[in-house]
Amino acid sequence: MNVADYAFYLFAFVTLTSALLVTVSRNPVHSVLWLILAFISTAGLFVLLGAEFVAMLLMIVYVGAVAVLFLFVVMMLDIDFAALRGKMTRYLPIGLAFGVVLLLEFSMALFVWVQADGAVAMRQAVAPDPGQVENTRALGLLIYDKYIYLFQAAGLILLVAMIGAILLTLRHRKDIKRQNVLHQMWRDPAKTMEIKDIKPGQGL
Amino acid sequence: MAEFFQTGLGTALLIAAQSMLVVTFVMVSLLFLVYGDRKIWAAVQMRRGPNVVGPWGILQTVADALKYVVKEIVIPAGADRPVFFLAPMLSFVLAVLAWAVIPFNQGWVLSDINVALLFVFAVSSLEVYGVIMGGWASNSKYPFLGSLRSAAQMISYEVSLGLIIIGIIISTGSMNFSAIVEAQKGSLGLLNWYWLPHLPMVVLFFISALAETNRPPFDLPEAESELVAGFMVEYSSTPYLLFMAGEYIAIFLMCALMSLLFFGGWLSPIPGLPDSSLWMVGKMAFFFFLFAMVKAIVPRYRYDQLMRIGWKVFLPLSLAWVVIVAFLAKFGVMGGLWARWTVGG
Repeated sequence: MNVADYAFYLFAFVTLTSALLVTVSRNPVHSVLWLILAFISTAGLFVLLGAEFVAMLLMIVYVGAVAVLFLFVVMMLDIDFAALRGKMTRYLPIGLAFGVVLLLEFSMALFVWVQADGAVAMRQAVAPDPGQVENTRALGLLIYDKYIYLFQAAGLILLVAMIGAILLTLRHRKDIKRQNVLHQMWRDPAKTMEIKDIKPGQGL
Repeated sequence: MAEFFQTGLGTALLIAAQSMLVVTFVMVSLLFLVYGDRKIWAAVQMRRGPNVVGPWGILQTVADALKYVVKEIVIPAGADRPVFFLAPMLSFVLAVLAWAVIPFNQGWVLSDINVALLFVFAVSSLEVYGVIMGGWASNSKYPFLGSLRSAAQMISYEVSLGLIIIGIIISTGSMNFSAIVEAQKGSLGLLNWYWLPHLPMVVLFFISALAETNRPPFDLPEAESELVAGFMVEYSSTPYLLFMAGEYIAIFLMCALMSLLFFGGWLSPIPGLPDSSLWMVGKMAFFFFLFAMVKAIVPRYRYDQLMRIGWKVFLPLSLAWVVIVAFLAKFGVMGGLWARWTVGG
Protein backbone atom coordinates (compact mmCIF):
# COMPACT_ATOMS: atom_id res chain seq x y z
CA MET A 1 0.00 0.00 0.00
CA ASN A 2 1.31 3.44 -0.83
CA VAL A 3 0.31 6.85 0.53
CA ALA A 4 -2.64 7.20 -1.85
CA ASP A 5 -4.15 3.93 -0.61
CA TYR A 6 -3.86 4.98 3.03
CA ALA A 7 -5.38 8.33 2.11
CA PHE A 8 -8.23 6.57 0.32
CA TYR A 9 -9.08 4.40 3.33
CA LEU A 10 -8.81 7.42 5.64
CA PHE A 11 -11.17 9.54 3.52
CA ALA A 12 -13.56 6.65 2.91
CA PHE A 13 -13.71 5.83 6.61
CA VAL A 14 -14.27 9.48 7.57
CA THR A 15 -16.96 9.88 4.90
CA LEU A 16 -18.89 6.81 6.02
CA THR A 17 -18.54 7.53 9.73
CA SER A 18 -19.61 11.14 9.42
CA ALA A 19 -22.49 10.18 7.13
CA LEU A 20 -23.66 7.75 9.78
CA LEU A 21 -23.29 10.39 12.48
CA VAL A 22 -25.37 12.83 10.41
CA THR A 23 -28.34 10.55 10.91
CA VAL A 24 -27.78 9.39 14.48
CA SER A 25 -26.47 12.53 16.17
CA ARG A 26 -29.03 14.01 18.51
CA ASN A 27 -28.36 17.68 17.93
CA PRO A 28 -29.35 18.85 14.42
CA VAL A 29 -26.52 21.41 14.34
CA HIS A 30 -24.05 18.61 15.02
CA SER A 31 -25.70 16.69 12.18
CA VAL A 32 -24.98 19.55 9.77
CA LEU A 33 -21.39 19.76 11.02
CA TRP A 34 -20.94 16.04 10.39
CA LEU A 35 -22.46 16.53 6.95
CA ILE A 36 -19.81 19.16 6.25
CA LEU A 37 -17.09 16.74 7.31
CA ALA A 38 -18.59 14.17 4.93
CA PHE A 39 -18.45 16.74 2.09
CA ILE A 40 -14.84 17.58 2.85
CA SER A 41 -13.69 13.97 2.91
CA THR A 42 -15.58 13.34 -0.32
CA ALA A 43 -13.60 16.22 -1.80
CA GLY A 44 -10.51 14.35 -0.64
CA LEU A 45 -11.70 11.25 -2.52
CA PHE A 46 -12.17 13.35 -5.67
CA VAL A 47 -8.61 14.63 -5.37
CA LEU A 48 -7.39 11.02 -5.12
CA LEU A 49 -9.29 10.26 -8.35
CA GLY A 50 -7.42 13.11 -10.02
CA ALA A 51 -10.52 15.30 -10.31
CA GLU A 52 -9.13 18.27 -8.43
CA PHE A 53 -11.47 20.76 -10.09
CA VAL A 54 -14.60 18.87 -8.99
CA ALA A 55 -13.13 18.54 -5.50
CA MET A 56 -12.58 22.28 -5.20
CA LEU A 57 -16.07 23.00 -6.57
CA LEU A 58 -17.53 20.62 -4.00
CA MET A 59 -15.73 22.55 -1.28
CA ILE A 60 -16.72 25.98 -2.57
CA VAL A 61 -20.33 25.30 -3.53
CA TYR A 62 -21.48 22.66 -1.07
CA VAL A 63 -19.35 23.34 1.96
CA GLY A 64 -18.87 27.06 1.47
CA ALA A 65 -22.41 28.02 0.50
CA VAL A 66 -25.06 25.30 0.66
CA ALA A 67 -24.05 23.88 4.03
CA VAL A 68 -23.85 27.38 5.50
CA LEU A 69 -27.49 27.90 4.55
CA PHE A 70 -28.40 24.51 6.07
CA LEU A 71 -26.63 25.54 9.24
CA PHE A 72 -28.44 28.88 9.23
CA VAL A 73 -31.84 27.26 8.98
CA VAL A 74 -31.11 24.57 11.54
CA MET A 75 -29.71 27.05 14.04
CA MET A 76 -32.80 29.22 13.68
CA LEU A 77 -35.25 26.38 14.26
CA ASP A 78 -36.59 25.85 17.71
CA ILE A 79 -36.37 22.09 17.94
CA ASP A 80 -37.58 19.89 20.76
CA PHE A 81 -34.80 17.31 20.95
CA ALA A 82 -36.68 14.87 23.19
CA ALA A 83 -39.67 14.72 20.83
CA LEU A 84 -37.37 14.17 17.87
CA ARG A 85 -35.71 11.21 19.53
CA GLY A 86 -39.06 9.57 20.23
CA LYS A 87 -39.96 9.56 16.53
CA MET A 88 -36.72 7.90 15.52
CA THR A 89 -38.10 4.37 15.79
CA ARG A 90 -41.26 5.32 13.92
CA TYR A 91 -39.44 6.64 10.86
CA LEU A 92 -36.64 4.09 10.89
CA PRO A 93 -38.41 1.54 8.61
CA ILE A 94 -39.16 4.21 5.96
CA GLY A 95 -35.56 5.41 6.05
CA LEU A 96 -34.28 1.85 5.74
CA ALA A 97 -36.64 1.22 2.81
CA PHE A 98 -35.20 4.26 1.01
CA GLY A 99 -31.72 2.96 1.72
CA VAL A 100 -32.51 -0.47 0.28
CA VAL A 101 -34.04 1.03 -2.88
CA LEU A 102 -30.99 3.24 -3.40
CA LEU A 103 -28.66 0.30 -2.83
CA LEU A 104 -30.58 -1.78 -5.39
CA GLU A 105 -30.38 1.01 -7.94
CA PHE A 106 -26.66 1.41 -7.44
CA SER A 107 -26.05 -2.31 -7.74
CA MET A 108 -28.13 -2.34 -10.94
CA ALA A 109 -25.93 0.39 -12.37
CA LEU A 110 -22.82 -1.52 -11.33
CA PHE A 111 -23.65 -5.15 -12.23
CA VAL A 112 -26.72 -5.48 -14.46
CA TRP A 113 -26.20 -2.49 -16.74
CA VAL A 114 -24.90 -3.47 -20.17
CA GLN A 115 -23.31 -0.82 -22.32
CA ALA A 116 -23.92 -0.65 -26.04
CA ASP A 117 -20.98 -1.63 -28.22
CA GLY A 118 -20.12 1.83 -29.47
CA ALA A 119 -20.91 3.70 -26.25
CA VAL A 120 -17.42 3.76 -24.76
CA ALA A 121 -15.83 4.83 -28.02
CA MET A 122 -18.42 7.56 -28.53
CA ARG A 123 -17.79 8.96 -25.08
CA GLN A 124 -14.04 8.93 -25.55
CA ALA A 125 -14.33 10.63 -28.94
CA VAL A 126 -15.86 13.68 -27.25
CA ALA A 127 -13.71 13.89 -24.13
CA PRO A 128 -10.28 15.50 -24.38
CA ASP A 129 -7.39 13.18 -23.62
CA PRO A 130 -6.80 13.42 -19.85
CA GLY A 131 -3.12 12.80 -20.35
CA GLN A 132 -2.79 15.89 -22.54
CA VAL A 133 -5.14 18.37 -20.89
CA GLU A 134 -5.54 19.19 -17.20
CA ASN A 135 -9.06 18.39 -16.08
CA THR A 136 -10.12 22.00 -15.44
CA ARG A 137 -9.36 22.81 -19.06
CA ALA A 138 -10.99 19.58 -20.25
CA LEU A 139 -14.21 20.38 -18.39
CA GLY A 140 -14.13 23.92 -19.71
CA LEU A 141 -13.74 22.71 -23.29
CA LEU A 142 -16.64 20.29 -22.90
CA ILE A 143 -19.04 22.61 -21.10
CA TYR A 144 -18.28 25.92 -22.78
CA ASP A 145 -17.27 24.81 -26.27
CA LYS A 146 -18.82 21.48 -27.11
CA TYR A 147 -22.07 21.61 -25.13
CA ILE A 148 -22.49 25.35 -24.74
CA TYR A 149 -26.16 25.37 -25.85
CA LEU A 150 -27.16 22.59 -23.47
CA PHE A 151 -25.28 24.31 -20.67
CA GLN A 152 -26.93 27.65 -21.35
CA ALA A 153 -30.33 25.95 -21.53
CA ALA A 154 -29.73 24.41 -18.11
CA GLY A 155 -28.75 27.82 -16.80
CA LEU A 156 -31.89 29.34 -18.27
CA ILE A 157 -34.09 26.73 -16.60
CA LEU A 158 -32.45 27.46 -13.26
CA LEU A 159 -32.95 31.17 -13.80
CA VAL A 160 -36.65 30.67 -14.53
CA ALA A 161 -36.99 28.51 -11.43
CA MET A 162 -35.31 31.20 -9.36
CA ILE A 163 -37.50 33.98 -10.71
CA GLY A 164 -40.54 31.80 -10.02
CA ALA A 165 -39.49 31.24 -6.41
CA ILE A 166 -38.88 34.95 -5.92
CA LEU A 167 -42.24 35.83 -7.48
CA LEU A 168 -44.07 33.39 -5.22
CA THR A 169 -42.73 35.06 -2.09
CA LEU A 170 -42.72 38.63 -3.34
CA ARG A 171 -45.16 41.06 -1.83
CA HIS A 172 -45.07 44.80 -1.77
CA ARG A 173 -45.94 46.24 1.58
CA LYS A 174 -47.24 49.79 1.58
CA ASP A 175 -47.39 50.20 5.34
CA ILE A 176 -43.68 50.18 6.07
CA LYS A 177 -41.08 52.91 5.74
CA ARG A 178 -38.36 52.41 3.19
CA GLN A 179 -35.13 54.28 2.69
CA ASN A 180 -34.16 55.66 -0.66
CA VAL A 181 -30.41 55.28 -0.74
CA LEU A 182 -29.74 57.57 -3.68
CA HIS A 183 -31.92 60.21 -2.09
CA GLN A 184 -29.86 59.89 1.09
CA MET A 185 -26.60 60.08 -0.78
CA TRP A 186 -27.47 63.16 -2.81
CA ARG A 187 -28.74 65.13 0.14
CA ASP A 188 -27.09 68.50 0.45
CA PRO A 189 -25.75 69.05 3.98
CA ALA A 190 -26.18 72.79 3.61
CA LYS A 191 -29.94 72.40 3.14
CA THR A 192 -30.57 69.80 5.81
CA MET A 193 -28.50 71.19 8.64
CA GLU A 194 -28.64 74.49 10.34
CA ILE A 195 -25.92 75.66 12.68
CA LYS A 196 -27.10 77.93 15.47
CA ASP A 197 -25.12 79.82 17.99
CA ILE A 198 -26.70 79.14 21.36
CA LYS A 199 -26.13 81.63 24.10
CA PRO A 200 -25.51 80.13 27.55
CA GLY A 201 -28.58 80.14 29.76
CA GLN A 202 -30.95 81.18 26.96
CA GLY A 203 -31.56 78.15 24.86
CA LEU A 204 -33.07 78.36 21.42
CA MET B 1 22.13 12.20 1.82
CA ALA B 2 20.46 12.81 -1.53
CA GLU B 3 19.25 9.22 -1.68
CA PHE B 4 17.71 9.52 1.77
CA PHE B 5 15.40 12.28 0.55
CA GLN B 6 14.17 9.99 -2.23
CA THR B 7 12.79 7.47 0.27
CA GLY B 8 9.33 7.67 1.80
CA LEU B 9 10.56 8.82 5.20
CA GLY B 10 12.93 11.36 3.69
CA THR B 11 10.19 12.85 1.54
CA ALA B 12 7.86 13.08 4.51
CA LEU B 13 10.58 14.82 6.56
CA LEU B 14 11.30 17.19 3.70
CA ILE B 15 7.62 18.13 3.35
CA ALA B 16 7.31 18.60 7.10
CA ALA B 17 10.39 20.85 7.16
CA GLN B 18 9.11 22.95 4.27
CA SER B 19 5.70 23.29 5.91
CA MET B 20 7.37 24.35 9.15
CA LEU B 21 9.35 26.96 7.23
CA VAL B 22 6.20 28.51 5.77
CA VAL B 23 4.33 28.35 9.08
CA THR B 24 7.30 29.95 10.85
CA PHE B 25 7.41 32.72 8.25
CA VAL B 26 3.68 33.35 8.69
CA MET B 27 3.83 33.28 12.49
CA VAL B 28 6.87 35.55 12.75
CA SER B 29 5.40 38.04 10.32
CA LEU B 30 2.17 37.83 12.34
CA LEU B 31 4.04 39.15 15.39
CA PHE B 32 5.23 42.19 13.49
CA LEU B 33 1.95 42.68 11.64
CA VAL B 34 -0.06 43.01 14.83
CA TYR B 35 2.57 45.38 16.20
CA GLY B 36 2.64 47.34 12.94
CA ASP B 37 -1.14 47.49 12.80
CA ARG B 38 -1.31 48.98 16.28
CA LYS B 39 1.57 51.39 15.61
CA ILE B 40 0.02 52.68 12.39
CA TRP B 41 -3.35 53.01 14.02
CA ALA B 42 -1.76 54.89 16.90
CA ALA B 43 0.22 57.18 14.59
CA VAL B 44 -2.93 58.18 12.71
CA GLN B 45 -4.62 59.03 15.99
CA MET B 46 -1.48 60.84 17.19
CA ARG B 47 -0.81 58.39 19.98
CA ARG B 48 2.44 56.54 20.57
CA GLY B 49 1.05 53.00 20.50
CA PRO B 50 2.86 50.09 22.14
CA ASN B 51 6.25 51.40 23.30
CA VAL B 52 7.14 49.65 26.55
CA VAL B 53 8.03 46.00 25.90
CA GLY B 54 11.34 45.72 24.08
CA PRO B 55 12.91 48.43 21.90
CA TRP B 56 10.12 50.66 20.47
CA GLY B 57 7.67 48.21 21.99
CA ILE B 58 8.43 45.70 19.28
CA LEU B 59 7.98 42.71 21.61
CA GLN B 60 4.50 43.82 22.68
CA THR B 61 2.84 41.08 20.60
CA VAL B 62 5.03 38.39 22.18
CA ALA B 63 4.05 39.63 25.62
CA ASP B 64 0.38 39.67 24.63
CA ALA B 65 0.55 36.16 23.21
CA LEU B 66 2.20 34.86 26.40
CA LYS B 67 -0.41 36.62 28.48
CA TYR B 68 -3.25 35.00 26.53
CA VAL B 69 -1.71 31.55 26.85
CA VAL B 70 -1.29 31.65 30.63
CA LYS B 71 -4.77 33.08 31.33
CA GLU B 72 -7.64 30.91 32.50
CA ILE B 73 -10.00 29.48 29.89
CA VAL B 74 -13.56 30.43 30.78
CA ILE B 75 -16.30 28.25 29.32
CA PRO B 76 -19.89 29.50 29.43
CA ALA B 77 -22.20 27.15 31.34
CA GLY B 78 -24.56 26.59 28.40
CA ALA B 79 -21.82 26.19 25.81
CA ASP B 80 -21.54 23.23 23.49
CA ARG B 81 -18.03 22.30 24.59
CA PRO B 82 -16.66 20.32 21.61
CA VAL B 83 -17.91 22.84 19.06
CA PHE B 84 -16.87 25.72 21.31
CA PHE B 85 -13.24 24.58 21.19
CA LEU B 86 -13.36 23.35 17.62
CA ALA B 87 -14.28 26.81 16.32
CA PRO B 88 -11.07 28.72 17.17
CA MET B 89 -8.89 25.79 16.11
CA LEU B 90 -10.73 25.61 12.81
CA SER B 91 -10.30 29.31 12.06
CA PHE B 92 -6.60 29.17 12.87
CA VAL B 93 -5.85 25.96 10.96
CA LEU B 94 -7.79 27.06 7.88
CA ALA B 95 -6.06 30.43 7.84
CA VAL B 96 -2.67 28.70 7.87
CA LEU B 97 -3.76 26.00 5.41
CA ALA B 98 -4.22 28.40 2.51
CA TRP B 99 -0.51 29.30 2.63
CA ALA B 100 0.30 25.84 1.26
CA VAL B 101 -0.24 27.05 -2.30
CA ILE B 102 1.12 30.60 -2.04
CA PRO B 103 4.44 30.95 -3.90
CA PHE B 104 7.06 33.42 -2.69
CA ASN B 105 9.34 33.12 -5.67
CA GLN B 106 9.62 31.04 -8.83
CA GLY B 107 9.22 27.48 -7.50
CA TRP B 108 9.19 28.51 -3.82
CA VAL B 109 5.86 26.92 -3.06
CA LEU B 110 4.82 24.00 -0.89
CA SER B 111 2.28 22.56 -3.29
CA ASP B 112 2.32 23.68 -6.91
CA ILE B 113 -1.18 22.50 -7.88
CA ASN B 114 -3.19 23.37 -10.99
CA VAL B 115 -6.18 24.67 -9.09
CA ALA B 116 -4.22 26.72 -6.54
CA LEU B 117 -6.48 29.74 -6.87
CA LEU B 118 -9.59 27.63 -6.33
CA PHE B 119 -7.92 25.99 -3.35
CA VAL B 120 -7.34 29.34 -1.67
CA PHE B 121 -10.90 30.30 -2.48
CA ALA B 122 -12.27 27.03 -1.07
CA VAL B 123 -10.27 27.37 2.14
CA SER B 124 -11.31 30.97 2.65
CA SER B 125 -14.93 30.01 2.09
CA LEU B 126 -14.55 27.46 4.89
CA GLU B 127 -13.32 30.14 7.28
CA VAL B 128 -16.89 31.24 7.87
CA TYR B 129 -17.44 28.03 9.85
CA GLY B 130 -15.08 29.09 12.61
CA VAL B 131 -17.20 32.18 13.10
CA ILE B 132 -20.60 30.46 12.90
CA MET B 133 -19.57 27.58 15.14
CA GLY B 134 -18.02 29.93 17.68
CA GLY B 135 -21.10 32.12 17.79
CA TRP B 136 -23.53 29.23 18.03
CA ALA B 137 -21.58 27.16 20.54
CA SER B 138 -21.24 30.10 22.93
CA ASN B 139 -25.01 29.86 23.45
CA SER B 140 -25.45 33.55 24.06
CA LYS B 141 -27.14 36.42 22.24
CA TYR B 142 -24.36 38.73 21.09
CA PRO B 143 -22.07 36.01 19.76
CA PHE B 144 -24.97 34.49 17.87
CA LEU B 145 -25.98 37.78 16.27
CA GLY B 146 -22.35 38.46 15.43
CA SER B 147 -21.91 35.08 13.79
CA LEU B 148 -25.10 35.46 11.74
CA ARG B 149 -23.91 38.82 10.47
CA SER B 150 -20.50 37.47 9.72
CA ALA B 151 -21.79 34.47 7.81
CA ALA B 152 -24.02 36.61 5.61
CA GLN B 153 -21.23 39.11 5.04
CA MET B 154 -18.54 36.57 4.17
CA ILE B 155 -20.80 34.67 1.76
CA SER B 156 -21.86 37.89 0.03
CA TYR B 157 -18.36 39.14 -0.57
CA GLU B 158 -17.05 35.75 -1.58
CA VAL B 159 -19.29 36.03 -4.64
CA SER B 160 -17.67 39.22 -5.86
CA LEU B 161 -14.17 37.98 -4.96
CA GLY B 162 -14.82 34.85 -7.02
CA LEU B 163 -16.01 36.84 -10.02
CA ILE B 164 -13.01 39.16 -9.87
CA ILE B 165 -10.71 36.14 -9.76
CA ILE B 166 -12.43 34.73 -12.87
CA GLY B 167 -11.25 37.81 -14.80
CA ILE B 168 -7.66 37.01 -13.83
CA ILE B 169 -8.12 33.36 -14.78
CA ILE B 170 -9.47 34.33 -18.20
CA SER B 171 -6.50 36.62 -18.79
CA THR B 172 -3.98 33.99 -17.76
CA GLY B 173 -5.62 30.79 -18.92
CA SER B 174 -4.52 29.06 -15.74
CA MET B 175 -5.35 28.88 -12.04
CA ASN B 176 -1.78 28.27 -10.98
CA PHE B 177 -0.18 31.16 -9.11
CA SER B 178 3.21 30.74 -10.78
CA ALA B 179 1.52 30.86 -14.19
CA ILE B 180 -0.43 33.97 -13.17
CA VAL B 181 2.73 35.74 -12.06
CA GLU B 182 4.69 34.62 -15.12
CA ALA B 183 1.89 35.97 -17.34
CA GLN B 184 2.52 39.41 -15.84
CA LYS B 185 6.16 39.35 -16.82
CA GLY B 186 7.25 41.81 -19.48
CA SER B 187 9.77 44.39 -20.57
CA LEU B 188 7.85 47.28 -19.02
CA GLY B 189 8.16 46.19 -15.39
CA LEU B 190 5.22 47.29 -13.32
CA LEU B 191 3.23 48.44 -16.36
CA ASN B 192 2.95 44.79 -17.42
CA TRP B 193 1.19 43.72 -14.26
CA TYR B 194 -2.51 42.96 -14.11
CA TRP B 195 -3.38 46.04 -12.07
CA LEU B 196 -3.39 48.10 -15.27
CA PRO B 197 -5.72 46.04 -17.48
CA HIS B 198 -7.81 45.00 -14.47
CA LEU B 199 -7.71 48.40 -12.80
CA PRO B 200 -11.35 48.69 -11.68
CA MET B 201 -11.19 45.22 -10.16
CA VAL B 202 -8.13 46.01 -8.04
CA VAL B 203 -10.20 48.47 -6.04
CA LEU B 204 -13.13 46.07 -5.82
CA PHE B 205 -10.86 43.22 -4.76
CA PHE B 206 -9.29 45.33 -2.03
CA ILE B 207 -12.66 46.38 -0.62
CA SER B 208 -14.07 42.85 -0.88
CA ALA B 209 -10.98 41.53 0.88
CA LEU B 210 -11.62 43.98 3.72
CA ALA B 211 -15.18 42.69 4.02
CA GLU B 212 -14.21 39.05 3.64
CA THR B 213 -11.69 39.23 6.48
CA ASN B 214 -14.03 41.25 8.72
CA ARG B 215 -11.64 44.18 8.82
CA PRO B 216 -12.77 47.72 9.58
CA PRO B 217 -14.74 49.45 8.07
CA PHE B 218 -16.63 46.17 7.64
CA ASP B 219 -15.99 44.64 11.07
CA LEU B 220 -19.71 44.34 11.76
CA PRO B 221 -19.39 40.80 13.21
CA GLU B 222 -17.45 42.23 16.13
CA ALA B 223 -18.80 45.76 16.15
CA GLU B 224 -17.85 46.57 19.72
CA SER B 225 -20.26 49.48 19.99
CA GLU B 226 -23.31 47.27 19.44
CA LEU B 227 -22.31 43.61 19.84
CA VAL B 228 -19.50 43.94 22.46
CA ALA B 229 -17.12 41.75 20.44
CA GLY B 230 -19.49 39.72 18.29
CA PHE B 231 -18.78 36.03 18.00
CA MET B 232 -15.71 36.30 20.25
CA VAL B 233 -17.49 37.63 23.34
CA GLU B 234 -17.37 34.38 25.29
CA TYR B 235 -13.84 33.45 24.29
CA SER B 236 -10.88 33.99 26.56
CA SER B 237 -7.25 32.93 26.78
CA THR B 238 -5.79 30.69 24.05
CA PRO B 239 -9.01 30.13 22.05
CA TYR B 240 -9.33 33.91 21.72
CA LEU B 241 -5.68 34.11 20.71
CA LEU B 242 -6.33 31.52 17.99
CA PHE B 243 -9.28 33.54 16.64
CA MET B 244 -7.20 36.71 16.55
CA ALA B 245 -4.21 34.98 14.98
CA GLY B 246 -6.45 33.34 12.38
CA GLU B 247 -7.96 36.69 11.52
CA TYR B 248 -4.59 38.38 11.02
CA ILE B 249 -3.24 35.44 9.00
CA ALA B 250 -6.30 35.64 6.74
CA ILE B 251 -5.66 39.36 6.26
CA PHE B 252 -2.03 38.70 5.41
CA LEU B 253 -3.17 36.04 2.95
CA MET B 254 -5.36 38.62 1.24
CA CYS B 255 -2.29 40.88 0.99
CA ALA B 256 -0.40 38.00 -0.63
CA LEU B 257 -3.29 37.42 -3.05
CA MET B 258 -3.36 41.12 -3.99
CA SER B 259 0.33 41.11 -4.81
CA LEU B 260 0.19 37.79 -6.69
CA LEU B 261 -2.94 38.47 -8.72
CA PHE B 262 -2.58 42.14 -9.58
CA PHE B 263 0.91 43.31 -8.68
CA GLY B 264 3.22 40.73 -10.16
CA GLY B 265 4.19 38.75 -7.04
CA TRP B 266 7.96 38.41 -6.99
CA LEU B 267 8.50 40.31 -10.28
CA SER B 268 10.57 43.43 -10.07
CA PRO B 269 8.65 46.68 -10.75
CA ILE B 270 11.58 48.32 -12.52
CA PRO B 271 12.99 46.64 -15.65
CA GLY B 272 16.59 45.64 -15.03
CA LEU B 273 16.36 44.92 -11.33
CA PRO B 274 16.32 41.19 -10.52
CA ASP B 275 13.08 39.43 -9.54
CA SER B 276 13.22 38.32 -5.95
CA SER B 277 11.09 37.03 -3.10
CA LEU B 278 11.94 40.30 -1.33
CA TRP B 279 9.65 42.11 -3.79
CA MET B 280 6.87 39.72 -2.85
CA VAL B 281 7.33 40.30 0.88
CA GLY B 282 7.65 44.04 0.30
CA LYS B 283 4.39 44.15 -1.66
CA MET B 284 2.60 42.13 1.00
CA ALA B 285 3.85 44.53 3.67
CA PHE B 286 2.69 47.49 1.57
CA PHE B 287 -0.82 46.08 1.20
CA PHE B 288 -0.94 45.36 4.89
CA PHE B 289 -0.06 49.01 5.44
CA LEU B 290 -3.06 49.94 3.29
CA PHE B 291 -5.29 47.61 5.33
CA ALA B 292 -4.05 49.25 8.53
CA MET B 293 -4.59 52.75 7.14
CA VAL B 294 -8.14 51.90 6.12
CA LYS B 295 -8.79 50.65 9.64
CA ALA B 296 -7.50 53.91 11.06
CA ILE B 297 -9.18 56.31 8.64
CA VAL B 298 -12.57 54.96 7.52
CA PRO B 299 -15.57 54.92 9.87
CA ARG B 300 -17.57 51.72 10.24
CA TYR B 301 -20.37 50.93 7.79
CA ARG B 302 -23.94 50.24 8.72
CA TYR B 303 -24.89 46.62 8.16
CA ASP B 304 -27.57 47.27 5.53
CA GLN B 305 -25.15 49.53 3.64
CA LEU B 306 -22.59 46.74 3.67
CA MET B 307 -24.99 44.22 2.20
CA ARG B 308 -26.25 46.74 -0.31
CA ILE B 309 -22.84 47.51 -1.82
CA GLY B 310 -22.01 43.83 -1.75
CA TRP B 311 -25.02 42.67 -3.74
CA LYS B 312 -26.13 45.75 -5.65
CA VAL B 313 -22.83 47.36 -6.59
CA PHE B 314 -19.96 44.87 -6.40
CA LEU B 315 -21.77 41.84 -7.76
CA PRO B 316 -23.11 43.52 -10.96
CA LEU B 317 -19.81 45.34 -11.55
CA SER B 318 -17.66 42.25 -11.21
CA LEU B 319 -20.09 40.15 -13.24
CA ALA B 320 -20.04 42.74 -16.02
CA TRP B 321 -16.25 42.79 -15.85
CA VAL B 322 -16.11 39.02 -16.39
CA VAL B 323 -18.09 39.42 -19.60
CA ILE B 324 -16.03 42.43 -20.72
CA VAL B 325 -12.73 40.67 -20.05
CA ALA B 326 -13.96 37.60 -21.89
CA PHE B 327 -14.62 39.73 -24.99
CA LEU B 328 -11.41 41.75 -24.67
CA ALA B 329 -9.41 38.55 -24.31
CA LYS B 330 -11.20 36.67 -27.08
CA PHE B 331 -10.64 39.40 -29.67
CA GLY B 332 -7.14 40.26 -28.45
CA VAL B 333 -7.88 43.95 -27.94
CA MET B 334 -4.79 46.22 -27.62
CA GLY B 335 -2.34 43.55 -28.64
CA GLY B 336 -3.65 40.95 -26.22
CA LEU B 337 -3.39 43.08 -23.09
CA TRP B 338 -6.14 40.93 -21.56
CA ALA B 339 -5.12 37.68 -23.26
CA ARG B 340 -1.67 36.88 -21.93
CA TRP B 341 -1.84 33.27 -23.03
CA THR B 342 -1.83 34.27 -26.70
CA VAL B 343 1.17 36.61 -26.54
CA GLY B 344 3.14 33.95 -24.72
CA GLY B 345 3.52 36.02 -21.56
